[in-house]
Amino acid sequence: MSENTAVAPSTTMPRAAAASAAARSGSRARLGWLVPTIYIVFLMVPIYWLLTMSFKTTNEILGGLTLWPHKFTFANYQTIFTDPSWYMGYVNSIIYVTINTVISVVAALPAAYAFSRYRFLGDKHLFFWLLTNRMAPPAVFALPFFQLYSAIGLFDTHIAVALSHCLFNVPLAVWILEGFMSGVPKEIDETAYIDGYSWPRFFTKIFMPLIASGIGVTAFFCFMFSWVELLLAKTLTSVAAKPIAAAMTKTASASGYQIGLLAAAGVLTIIPGAVVIYFVRNYIAKGFALGRV
Amino acid sequence: MDKTWNNRAWFMVLPVLVLVAFNAIIPLMTVVNYSVQETFGDNVFLFHGVGFFQDVLTSERFHSALLRSLAFTAIILAIEIPLGVAIALTMPNKGVWVSVCLVLMALPLLIPWNVVGAIWNLFALPQIGLLGRMLNGIGFDYNYTRNPVDAWFTLVLMDVWHWTSLVVLLAYAGLSSIPDAYYQAAKIDGASRWAVFRFIQLPKMKRVLTIAILLRFMDSFMIYTEPSVLTGGGPGNSTTVLSIDLVKIALGQFDLGPAAAMSIIYFLIILLLCWVFYTLMMRNEEQ
Repeated sequence: MSENTAVAPSTTMPRAAAASAAARSGSRARLGWLVPTIYIVFLMVPIYWLLTMSFKTTNEILGGLTLWPHKFTFANYQTIFTDPSWYMGYVNSIIYVTINTVISVVAALPAAYAFSRYRFLGDKHLFFWLLTNRMAPPAVFALPFFQLYSAIGLFDTHIAVALSHCLFNVPLAVWILEGFMSGVPKEIDETAYIDGYSWPRFFTKIFMPLIASGIGVTAFFCFMFSWVELLLAKTLTSVAAKPIAAAMTKTASASGYQIGLLAAAGVLTIIPGAVVIYFVRNYIAKGFALGRV
Repeated sequence: MDKTWNNRAWFMVLPVLVLVAFNAIIPLMTVVNYSVQETFGDNVFLFHGVGFFQDVLTSERFHSALLRSLAFTAIILAIEIPLGVAIALTMPNKGVWVSVCLVLMALPLLIPWNVVGAIWNLFALPQIGLLGRMLNGIGFDYNYTRNPVDAWFTLVLMDVWHWTSLVVLLAYAGLSSIPDAYYQAAKIDGASRWAVFRFIQLPKMKRVLTIAILLRFMDSFMIYTEPSVLTGGGPGNSTTVLSIDLVKIALGQFDLGPAAAMSIIYFLIILLLCWVFYTLMMRNEEQ
């Protein structure tokens, strides 16, 4: 499997693209753009709805259906950016997501190398066991996690959330990185050793630059899954490290039902993801394709 | 690739092992612990054996929640996989539109899950939401907070909105790794569009599609945040899938024993299905 998938993206992408374009051109080609366009419109309508609501006053939202804000207001955003209990939520989320991404990638690098280069006692079982943690429903772990992190005194800290997200992000990172590493020919390792490189020096100076895009893709996925996960993040925090999405639940309870505020907070949670995705747009598809189960 | 036999590779795996074991084994053992012990508060525990497991396995409530979860997963897979492949096949192949499509399609994947729930909650409100007003406007009596069928419709639509892009991205990655020689050969043979799909594109996508099905199966079977924000399991119990029921029992009623037993059964079901999948896949790859 490794020979056709691992080599493919770097060498055959443009050719393949041109070829499948040729294969697909024909009577269908003129209407082919319709399907993705309809799909993207379908994706964008709810987001547009959220965006318009974030600029509306509560009265306008509750008053009936308007397709765009008639009384354009920034008040919702103003509330979020001036109230620490709101904007600290973003800061907290970004802190633990960053810590988690760094831990996941750093721990996964040597492990993925081991899986891609060596056979060792129990390697296949270990790999499957790692993957089973990606399958563990967070709902199952919420309560035990709360007790575990309370017991070791990490409750309501960023590091607790970052560590707990390792449960599913580390296996994912190993999975994706291993795919990228298997695409690098083994001769490179051997040549480096003959040239007198020690393993750590070889790994950081030669090997890591070779799989730089793989590391980028992995970091992206770790960021993404840590950013969107909430059940654990909410369970493990109360005040000091409370994530933004948990702060959103208070609009419904404490201060009445402020839909506009909720919408504005929602819009702001989409932005970091959109920025990150823009930077890795050329690698997203590749990252999934190379990961092997 | 030939791999060297080297047991010292364990040292490289060690950090990952420690990190994951800390997060997986300790909580899992806590759950196992609860599942076999009865408690009446005050940290007094009595050994209860497999009683809770028997209770859960024979309870009507568990059966219906399991059935709802399985039905949800089946519907999701039946819609998202073919739809995702169809969209990937019609995606542009080059130029600036590829990037535009990829970025826009990936956007829902990066929205925190409770925000996804909140978006659809507001979007589908019968009186002030765009979708709700539209459906009511064209003559449907749509209200997802009252009518179970509408609640399911909204839930499925939300998941299709949220996750189909994952299938598209995977299928697209599989398609773009097909060398052009395959298409040229097909052209020389005068293969039909269907034949190209059936004998070139589908086999080449098999691996990524397996990953897609596996990921979508796991995630849709474990889904919690989105339905809990959207419908909270209601109306009645009509959208109470396994994980929602689990949290209701564990945190709502604080019945730790039954909740823990249910967690383990739930986890085992996922594990078993994934193991079957994994072995089938591995067998295919070795051939």
